[in-house]
Amino acid sequence: MDSALLPIMAILPFLGALVPGLMIRAGRNACATFTAVPTILALVFLGLMAPAVFRGEVVQAQIEWLPALGLSASFFLDGLGLLFAAMILGVGLLIILYARFYLSGDDPMGQFYTYLLLFQGAMLGIVVSDNILLLLIFWELTSLSSFLLIGYWKHLPEGRQGARMALTVTGAGGLAMIGGMLILGNIVGSYNLTDILAAGDLIKASDWYMPALILILLGAFTKSAQFPFHFWLPHAMAAPTPVSAYLHSATMVKAGVFLMARMWPALAGTDAWFYIVASVGLITMVIGALIALFKDDLKALLAFSTVSHLGLLTMLLGFGTPMAAIAAVFHIINHLTFKAALFMTAGIVDHEAHTRDIKRLGGLAKLMPVTALIGTVAALSMAGIPLFNGFLSKEMMLEEASHTYWLGNDWIVPGLATFGALLSVAYSLRFIFHVFGGPVREDYPHKPHDPPVGMWASPALLVVLVVVIGVLPWVAEPMVMLAAGAVTGGDLPDVHLKLWHGITPALFMSIIAVAGGAVLLAMHRPLDRLWIASPRPEAKAIFDAFVAACVTATRRFTDATHNGAISRYLAIFAASTVLLGYLAWRGGGMAPATREILPVPPVLAVGWFLLICATAYVVVMHRHRFRALVLISIVGLAISTGFVYMSAPDLALTQITVETVTILLLLLALHFLPKHSPDESGMGKRMLDGAIALCAGGGVAALTFAFLTRDFSTISDYHLANSYKGGGGTNVVNVILVDFRGYDTFGEIIVLGIAGLTIYALMEALLNGPASRRLRNMDFSQDRSRDRHPLMMVIATRVMMPIAVVVAIFIFLRGHNQPGGGFVAGLVASIALLMQYMASGFAWTQNRQRIEYHSMIGSGVVIAGLTGMGAWLAGKPFLTSAFGYVHLPPIEEFELATAMLFDLGVFLCVLGAVMLMLYSLSRIARYAGETVNVEPMDYDPSQAILGDDDTTPDAKEER
Amino acid sequence: MEILVASAVGVLTAAGVYLILRLRAFPVILGISFLSYAVNVFLFSTGRIAVNMPPVLQPYGDASYTDPLPQALVLTAIVISFGMTAVLVMVALGAFLESADDKIDMTDDHDTTTQPAEQSE
Repeated sequence: MDSALLPIMAILPFLGALVPGLMIRAGRNACATFTAVPTILALVFLGLMAPAVFRGEVVQAQIEWLPALGLSASFFLDGLGLLFAAMILGVGLLIILYARFYLSGDDPMGQFYTYLLLFQGAMLGIVVSDNILLLLIFWELTSLSSFLLIGYWKHLPEGRQGARMALTVTGAGGLAMIGGMLILGNIVGSYNLTDILAAGDLIKASDWYMPALILILLGAFTKSAQFPFHFWLPHAMAAPTPVSAYLHSATMVKAGVFLMARMWPALAGTDAWFYIVASVGLITMVIGALIALFKDDLKALLAFSTVSHLGLLTMLLGFGTPMAAIAAVFHIINHLTFKAALFMTAGIVDHEAHTRDIKRLGGLAKLMPVTALIGTVAALSMAGIPLFNGFLSKEMMLEEASHTYWLGNDWIVPGLATFGALLSVAYSLRFIFHVFGGPVREDYPHKPHDPPVGMWASPALLVVLVVVIGVLPWVAEPMVMLAAGAVTGGDLPDVHLKLWHGITPALFMSIIAVAGGAVLLAMHRPLDRLWIASPRPEAKAIFDAFVAACVTATRRFTDATHNGAISRYLAIFAASTVLLGYLAWRGGGMAPATREILPVPPVLAVGWFLLICATAYVVVMHRHRFRALVLISIVGLAISTGFVYMSAPDLALTQITVETVTILLLLLALHFLPKHSPDESGMGKRMLDGAIALCAGGGVAALTFAFLTRDFSTISDYHLANSYKGGGGTNVVNVILVDFRGYDTFGEIIVLGIAGLTIYALMEALLNGPASRRLRNMDFSQDRSRDRHPLMMVIATRVMMPIAVVVAIFIFLRGHNQPGGGFVAGLVASIALLMQYMASGFAWTQNRQRIEYHSMIGSGVVIAGLTGMGAWLAGKPFLTSAFGYVHLPPIEEFELATAMLFDLGVFLCVLGAVMLMLYSLSRIARYAGETVNVEPMDYDPSQAILGDDDTTPDAKEER
Repeated sequence: MEILVASAVGVLTAAGVYLILRLRAFPVILGISFLSYAVNVFLFSTGRIAVNMPPVLQPYGDASYTDPLPQALVLTAIVISFGMTAVLVMVALGAFLESADDKIDMTDDHDTTTQPAEQSE
C-alpha cells in the first residue's frame, strides 16, 4: 500500500523542531504544549496507517532523490517499524510532559525541546527507512542529536565529556556500519532494504558476508552499548533525566537492537551470527548486571541495568530462532515500560531529595508514597517477579536459554543466563529497599515529598502498562506477533503469551534467580566492601588515555608533514606533478605528428629572444626586486606581440593592458616591501629547486610541442557559424564571452569584484591591526624624489585623459564586431585614471572623482545580471542575447544588442575592481605618513615667484 | 614556429617554478606571474598556431579562422589572474607589515598563536 502519510510522518518531528524556538517566548507551558503537537500529529498518522499493517500489508512511499547513486527517500512501515515508531512517539510524548516539570527555570527549554524533536525525527527515520543509505543518514543524525542532548547542561564538565565519549564511540561504530552497509548493497546490487532482506541467501553465501556482518555489528554494538563498548552509556547519564529516560531506555540504545532485528532475515542464521551476537549479548548481560549491583548512583545503577537488558535482547536475537525473536520483541516492549518509568522515578527522587546516591537515601516510601509505588512496581517488573510484564519475557528468555548449546556445551548459556537474572533480581530489590524501604532519615539534602501530578503522570501511565501486560499478556500479543513476524520474515510457531507455562526448566531457573537475588541483597554490605577493594579497569581512564594517545600521534604526524614551510609544500607539489605527468605519458602511446611546422619570421625570433633573456635575467637577478619588476614587463610585452602575430588581437589588447596595471600595482606594493631579498637558500637547495624547475619546464615544453604538431577537433565551428546569426556580432571571441559562455563571464566578473572587495577588506583589517603602528613608523625619507609630481607628467596625463577615455569608449563600442570589448575597455579606462593618480597625486585626483568604486563593482554585476534575466521576459534562458539594427540619420546604420548592456556590466566591474585595488594601496600609503598633496604639482611654475626660495614644497603639503 | 612557442612556455614554467620555491614573498609573486603567463600561453596554444586568421568574421569570401574558444577562455583567465595576483600582493604586504619580514615559511618563532598576522590573512 502506498501512502503519502508516511513521509509526512517522518518529516514532522524535523519541522516541529522549529516550533519550540519560536514558542518559548510565549512561555514554558505554551512551548511544551506546542512541542507536543507534531508528536501527537505523527502518532495520529501512525494510528491511521496501523490497521493496514495489522492486516499484513506493508505501507510504502518512495521519493526519488539521487537515483544515480541508488539513493531514494523511500520509507516503509511493517510490524517492526510500527512497534518502534509507536514506542518512539509515545514515549516521546510522555517525555515532553515530564520534561516540562523536570527542567528548572534556568534551563533553556526551547533548546531542549528542539534537540529532543530532532532526535525523535532521526530515530523515527531509522525505523521507517526503506533505503539503507537513508537509514545511515538518520543513524548518524541520532548520534549527533544525542550528542547535543547529552551535553545539554553545558556547564557540567561530566556532561560535556559524556557527550563527547558517546559521540566518539557511537560515531565510530556508525562509520563501521556505513562500510558494512555499502558492502551489503554491493552484494545485492540494490540499496533498498526490502531487496536486501529478500536476498538473505545470496548475502550469506557471499565471500563478503563476514566483513559486512562484523562492520554492521560494530555499528549495532556501539549504539546498543554492548561489551566492550558498554562504557559510554553510564557516562551519558550526565544528561538531564528526561534524556536518559528517552534515549537510554526507549530509543537510541534500542536502535542497535532494532538494526539487528531488522537485518535478521539478511544476516542471521549462521554460526558466525550465533557465536558473535549471542556471546556478546550474554557477556554484556552478566557484566552489566554485576556492575549495576554495586553502583550507588541511582542513574548509574539503571544505566548498567540497561546495558544488561540490552545484552539480554542481543543474546535473544543471536539465538536466531523464531521463539527467541518473539521473546526479544516482547522484552523490548516490557523493558521500555519499566525502564522509562524507573528513570523518571530516579529523576523525581533526584529532583525532590537533591541527591540520587543510594547510600544517602532510604525511607522515601513514607515521604513520597506515589513515587514509591511507581518505582516499586517498575523495579519488580525489572526483577522478573510474576504478575508484572518483566516476568513473562524473562521466562521466555530463560526457556530459550535452557536448551541452547554453546560449542556443544549445554550448561554455559543456561547457567550464565540464570546468573544474570539472579543479579538482576538483586539490584532491582536493592533499588526498592535501599531507596524507598527502611526508616525515614533526617539528613536528606532536601526534604522530599511527592512532585506535582504532571511529573508523575508519565511514569504512572507506564507502570499501568506494566501491570496490565503482566496480568493480561494477550493484550500485547497481536503487536508482539506482528513485529516478530516482521523480524523473522514470516513463519512463526503458533504460541501464545501467557502467565503460566506449567512446570518448566525456566520456572526453576526463575525461582533460583529470585531466591539467589534476595540472598545476594542480604549480603550486599560485605560484598560491596569486597567489590570496592578489588581492582577493576576504569573505562573512562582507558578511553581518555586512548584519546590522548590518538591526539599525540596525530599531532606528531601533522607537525612532521605540515610544518609551515610553504616552499617545501610547493616543491613536493611541483615534483609530484611532474612525476604524475611523466607516468601518464609513460602509460599511453603518442600519435604521429600530423601538422606541418610553420616558418619562423625574424621579428618573432627577436621577440622570442627578448622573452627568454628577460626571463633568465629575472630568475638570476630576482633578489634585486625593482630590476626584476621592470624586466618582467618585457615578458608581458613579448607575449602580447606574440598574440598579435598568432591571430589573437583580443588577447593582445587584454594582455598589454593587464600588464600595465599589474606592474603599477606591484610597484606600489614594492614601495612598502624590502627592495632586496636576502641571499638565504644554499647551493644545495638552489640546485634541487633548479632541477625541479627544469623538469617541470621541460615537461610542459614537450607537452606543448607534442600537441602543437598534432591535429585536433574543435567545437568552435558552431561558434563561428552562429556568432553573427545568433549573437549578432562578428568578433567571435567577444560573442563567446557575452553570449555563448556568458554564464562563465558573469561568474568571472563576480570573482574579480570579490577580489577587489577582498583587497579593500584586507586593507581595512591591516590599518586596524598591529600593522598600523609599523606603518606609522616607516621611514620613506631615503628613497623619495623631491619632485614627486613633475610638471611634464601632470600636463601630459591631462591631455591624455580625454583621449584615453575616448579610446576606451571606442574599444567598448566596437567590441562586439571588432577586437575590443568590456574587459579591455575597462582596463584602458582604469589606466587613464591611474595615470592621473600617479601624475597628480592620489588626494588631488580623489577629490575630483565622486563615484564610489564599491558601488561601481556592484552596479556592474547588477547590470550584467539584470541583462541576463531580461532574457526570461522573452521566454529564453538566462543570458540569451537579442539584437537589432537601427538607422539614425545622419550616422551610418548601427547595431543595438543586449550583449552590449552585459558588456557594460563587465566594463564597470573591471574598472571598479582595478580602481578599488589601487585605492586600497594608496590608503596604506597615506596611513604610512606619506605627505598628501593638495596641489597637482610639487613645483607649479605659474605660482612660483622668481627668486623666492621660501616656497618649499612642504609648505603646500599637509598631513 | 611551434618550437618557439613550446620552448617559451617551457622557459616561463621553469622560471615560475624556480621562483615560487624561493623563501620570500616577492619572488613567489613574480613566480606566480610567470606561471600565469605560461598557463595562459599554454591554454591559448591548444587552439594551435594560426597566422593571419583572427576569429573576426569577414564579410566577403570564405576566409578561414583560428579557434576562438581558447582565446575567449584565456581572455578571462588573464583578467582573473590579475585579480588573484593583486589579492596575493595584498596578503604578502599585510604579512610583511605585521611580522616585519616577508618570509613565506613559518619558523619556530612564527607560531600561529603569537602572530596575529596569520589571523588577518
